Amino acid sequence: MSILVDKNTKVICQGFTGQQGTFHSEQALEYGTRLMGGVTPGKGGQTHLGLPIFNTVAEAAQATEADASVIYVPAPFCKDSIIEAIDAGIRLVVCITEGMPILDMLQVKHYIRDKAVQVIGPNCPGVITPGACKIGIMPGNIHQPGKVGIVSRSGTLTYEAVKQTTEIGLGQSTCVGIGGDPIAGSSFTDILAMFEEDYQTEVIVMVGEIGGTAEEEAAAYIKRHMDKPVIAYIAGATAPTGRRMGHAGAIIAGGKGTADEKYKILEEAGVHIVRSPAEIGKKVLEVLK
Amino acid sequence: MNLHEYQSKQLLAKYGLPLLKGVMVNSVEQATSAVSALSGDSWMVKAQIHAGGRGQVGGVKRVSSKEELAETSRRLLHSNLVTHQTTEKGQPVNQLLIEETCEIEREYYLSAVIDRSAQKIVFMASKEGGVEIETVAETAPEKILKLSVDPLLGIMPFQCRSVALQLGLTETQSKQLTKVMTNLYRLFIDYDLSLIEINPLVVTKQGDLLCLDAKINLDDNALYRQPNLRDMRDNSQEDPREMRAREWELNYIPLEGDIGCMVNGAGLAMATMDLIKLHGGNPANFLDVGGGATEERVKEAFKIILSDSHVKVVFVNIFGGIVRCDLIAQGIIKAVSEVGIKIPVVVRLQGNRAEEASELLGKSGLNIIAVESFNEAAKMAVNMVGGKR
Repeated sequence: MSILVDKNTKVICQGFTGQQGTFHSEQALEYGTRLMGGVTPGKGGQTHLGLPIFNTVAEAAQATEADASVIYVPAPFCKDSIIEAIDAGIRLVVCITEGMPILDMLQVKHYIRDKAVQVIGPNCPGVITPGACKIGIMPGNIHQPGKVGIVSRSGTLTYEAVKQTTEIGLGQSTCVGIGGDPIAGSSFTDILAMFEEDYQTEVIVMVGEIGGTAEEEAAAYIKRHMDKPVIAYIAGATAPTGRRMGHAGAIIAGGKGTADEKYKILEEAGVHIVRSPAEIGKKVLEVLK
Repeated sequence: MNLHEYQSKQLLAKYGLPLLKGVMVNSVEQATSAVSALSGDSWMVKAQIHAGGRGQVGGVKRVSSKEELAETSRRLLHSNLVTHQTTEKGQPVNQLLIEETCEIEREYYLSAVIDRSAQKIVFMASKEGGVEIETVAETAPEKILKLSVDPLLGIMPFQCRSVALQLGLTETQSKQLTKVMTNLYRLFIDYDLSLIEINPLVVTKQGDLLCLDAKINLDDNALYRQPNLRDMRDNSQEDPREMRAREWELNYIPLEGDIGCMVNGAGLAMATMDLIKLHGGNPANFLDVGGGATEERVKEAFKIILSDSHVKVVFVNIFGGIVRCDLIAQGIIKAVSEVGIKIPVVVRLQGNRAEEASELLGKSGLNIIAVESFNEAAKMAVNMVGGKR
């Protein structure tokens, strides 16, 4: 098994005919993702990349029986697109777009509170179950089916963890980029809980970042609810305080949310920490021995 | 993006929050003539910079005569104010806020912020006003009241009354506080803020609430729909290199070290700095070239990194992902030869067509060292500036 997506997952793309949507849809198709079509208002009835275009997500969902949607629309329209997907009954909504206003995401977060939907992102690389389904902008070729579950707040740093776990021959069950924004659809805890239940996943790599308290909350969860080993790396140990390092989320205010503090709390929760981003793979091997 | 105090107060005034009368000035003459519009016989002179801690270093001063006002204004205007929140160079003072004064009975703290943990807007209030809330949070966290706002309902009057009660306010002040908090919340939502801080919020001798200082931070992601706020940006308060980087959609933050870094992705950029540090080196900057590491942007990134004279080696770490590494390599070669870089450049490219890329770099005849491993590349960069210190 895997989490969130597998070879049966039917995917539609919102913002299908745009530059990003087109490029990454081609990549997804090449990877073998069951991409069923896409949504671009006003272009319904036409085809793109040999697949049908629909005017609304509801039409697309009904016609294709899609259960997942990936969003590439520009940031000002993301709130609308995410809610449209949820209202159409899509169970997994992955928003790749960067730069969504925080208050928009705050409303989305509130809206999904008691709904049976998983929102991933925004500002994330997406979700991939190697060899089965790729939803997002990650390079497929560095992945390999296997037993490491990866969850990360970062993009390219996730690829680094992926590459290292491929090189040691363990591969990945599923990789989830939850995104670097202050308000995210899914938290570390949400994804960790799924990995704990998934029998393909034997070990989990968690890639965190300075700022916020998501890692601290994950630590509390791991301590109470998880038996599988978790390895954690926190980016930004050398970041100066009070500065925003690229991701809006990655800001240390008043000594809170530092890497050292996060490492300490994670270690106390029984998490295996790795301080070198080049030794994530090595640490996984060590822990599995 | 941050606002000055006088800009924040303009917004507060629009939303009917209780303020002292004040005038923004940018010359000594304006300062002395401004007081004719103000009442009382003493005034506050407040230096407008994007940093806190002004009071401790003479950036906020009470003056009791026009002469003293002129003298203080002359001292502050066009000086650089250094506080514990600024760099050693300090922040330039181009404007002053001249305000009426009031007699203070008690000082409180009030703020609204997006709380990532609660995933909501949270109000914080405390009887410990006028001091840095971070200090209170560390030494006496129980003295900070917190209440989270339901996005559907907004802030409710009973929530405000409960804060007033816990702060020990009178019935009349409780009504005033409810109005203050309700209006702050409206302002927060209408203008896409990420922080609004009133510190201190005071009760005057007459028993009324007043917002004495105001700090506002905006959500940069929402600036596209806040044209009025966009125009309030004060470039003089920002590092010119950071500004130039922003024009090219590069994310650059200067640091103290000597190893220039160019990385794609914020997380990997931080990880690269961490690894340099682990090997005993010091990064000169954080720089994220973003997803589309095009030739033009790589070139510009090199220029920005090299504008820091401390940089002795540049470490390029790019995880190509879907972007072809050989194309990035071509961009780097072109950039290095056109910009005329004299110091060594260590390049680590990963992802699609990485091998072709390192071959290209090796054959370029330039001072570029291609290294495949992340760890080895970082070590190499550190060794080039003299290794561990």
